[in-house]
Amino acid sequence: MFLTDADLQSIWLTARLAGITTLILFVVGTPVAWWLARTRSPWKGPIGAVVALPLVLPPSVLGFYLLLAMGPNGPVGQMTQALGLGTLPFTFWGLVVASVFYSFPFMVQPLQNAFEAIGERPLEVAATLRASPLDAFFSVALPLAKPGFVTAGILTFAHTVGEFGVVLMIGGNIPGVTRVASVQIYDHVEALEYMDAHRLAGVMLVFSFLVLLALYAWRPNGRK
Amino acid sequence: MSSIEASFQLDYPGFSLDVNLRLPEKGVTALFGHSGSGKTTVLRCFAGLNRAPKGRLVVEGEVWQDEGNGRAKGIFLPTHRRPLGLVFQEASLFPHLSVRQNLEYGMKRSGNKAGDGFEASVDLLGIRPLLERGPERLSGGERQRVAIARALLTRPRLLLMDEPLAALDLKRKLEILPYLEKLHDELDIPVLYVSHAPDEVARLADHLVLMEEGKVVASGPLMETLSRADLPSAFADDAGVVLEARVEGQEADGLTRLAIPGGRLLVSRVEAEPGKTLRCRIHARDVSLALTASTDSSILNTLPARVAAVVATDTPGHVLVQLELAEGVRLLARITERSRAALGIGPGLAVVAQVKAVALLA
Repeated sequence: MFLTDADLQSIWLTARLAGITTLILFVVGTPVAWWLARTRSPWKGPIGAVVALPLVLPPSVLGFYLLLAMGPNGPVGQMTQALGLGTLPFTFWGLVVASVFYSFPFMVQPLQNAFEAIGERPLEVAATLRASPLDAFFSVALPLAKPGFVTAGILTFAHTVGEFGVVLMIGGNIPGVTRVASVQIYDHVEALEYMDAHRLAGVMLVFSFLVLLALYAWRPNGRK
Repeated sequence: MSSIEASFQLDYPGFSLDVNLRLPEKGVTALFGHSGSGKTTVLRCFAGLNRAPKGRLVVEGEVWQDEGNGRAKGIFLPTHRRPLGLVFQEASLFPHLSVRQNLEYGMKRSGNKAGDGFEASVDLLGIRPLLERGPERLSGGERQRVAIARALLTRPRLLLMDEPLAALDLKRKLEILPYLEKLHDELDIPVLYVSHAPDEVARLADHLVLMEEGKVVASGPLMETLSRADLPSAFADDAGVVLEARVEGQEADGLTRLAIPGGRLLVSRVEAEPGKTLRCRIHARDVSLALTASTDSSILNTLPARVAAVVATDTPGHVLVQLELAEGVRLLARITERSRAALGIGPGLAVVAQVKAVALLA
């Protein structure tokens, strides 16, 4: 076999992490993007800046704060312990939570752009045709923003796959639980297993290229 | 008893709106004014898309908005709860739905699941061949026809149209106007039609509301309102009346004879059966006055009239003369102050109006 079992396990884990993170962010990011696209509130600026923070923050900084928050003495940790869930660091679900924060702007910003591009008019038209605001959101805004959803989904998935610093801070390096592909490559290099590192790195390179190719080749105005 | 009462006050930076309107329960009311006069804002207030903080709107006894009487809790129906149809200026079809799906979108949501009037509306607007197409494969005029049908299929109690022809070129306009005229004849709900094109208004409207700088400056039946001599100067350049004329017969020399109250008009050949009613428009600048009927002039159309009023205009040296052709039927003439003085024109004088041009509207 071209890849070792441990490599395959790390790839599967990475895919699962990125997939679950993307699904969660579709649900969490959509209302935030909708709000940011349409609000006239003075909070739009500050909230927008917070959403964009992970773009510029070193992943280790984000990971450090999340580790504190989710740790046994942090507010999130206290809550999860009170709910009988234990603490999140060094678990798969801890990674999911961290990835949701880490990839947040990659979901919200394309969606926000897509919603802004739709403008008021289609929603006003829907209202004059008796669609309630919620109805208009699902029957008009979502279909019209479809290209934005595709872009946001691809970017979020790919960005989560490329995550490294946050994983190390929150998840450590537990095989099958938190050892994702990027960490696995790091391990190979640490152990001077350069051939193994090559193989896995090559897979990641091809994957990333294909994702970006899909993103650039897929253009909404290419519709029938 | 008027069926629609509206009162809206709005203050935006640099623009304020203060409008009190009563509209009849049938027919087309044109909201006419130059751009920036606030007519579209009024329409949006009717639709609930803009909210005048102390507005009041009652449609056929049903209160859509009432927030001006100081009660703790006012009434404001959101747009989607108002039984109205709105046709926007530019293409407003949903691009992700076919023409048929666009029509069904409003039908489903307005409780018209059975599709009452579907066949009739589709035929009225001539869109049957388009039903399975996507909006991107329609011309501008076709899109507007679909948008009108879509609005009608929600069975509205009030139809609002915001310059539905403004975004179309002349050819498309001429293509869609006959449909609007059919609509005018067949619809039994009130229509509020916003426009800044005098010809559209003259062709389609029964009632006229003139707006200027956020205020209503004149309002009433179309022909009566247009023949007022005291309209604000912004409208005076375009002053002119609309008359209903009945086709009397064809002349041998290529002209058509029309009867209007108080006289006859000869116009270029119109292919219409005798007895058909047409609207025609006569600009004040195309009417000159004489004291006696002359037989040595090339002007064919001369109408005996009595001077009702003379008012100054914004153009220096010119006055607007309001003439009465018959009881309640008026004509406007724009002449120079010098001619007025030379002929001694004043209220009560019998004159002959010489009409240089008659524009047929339908």
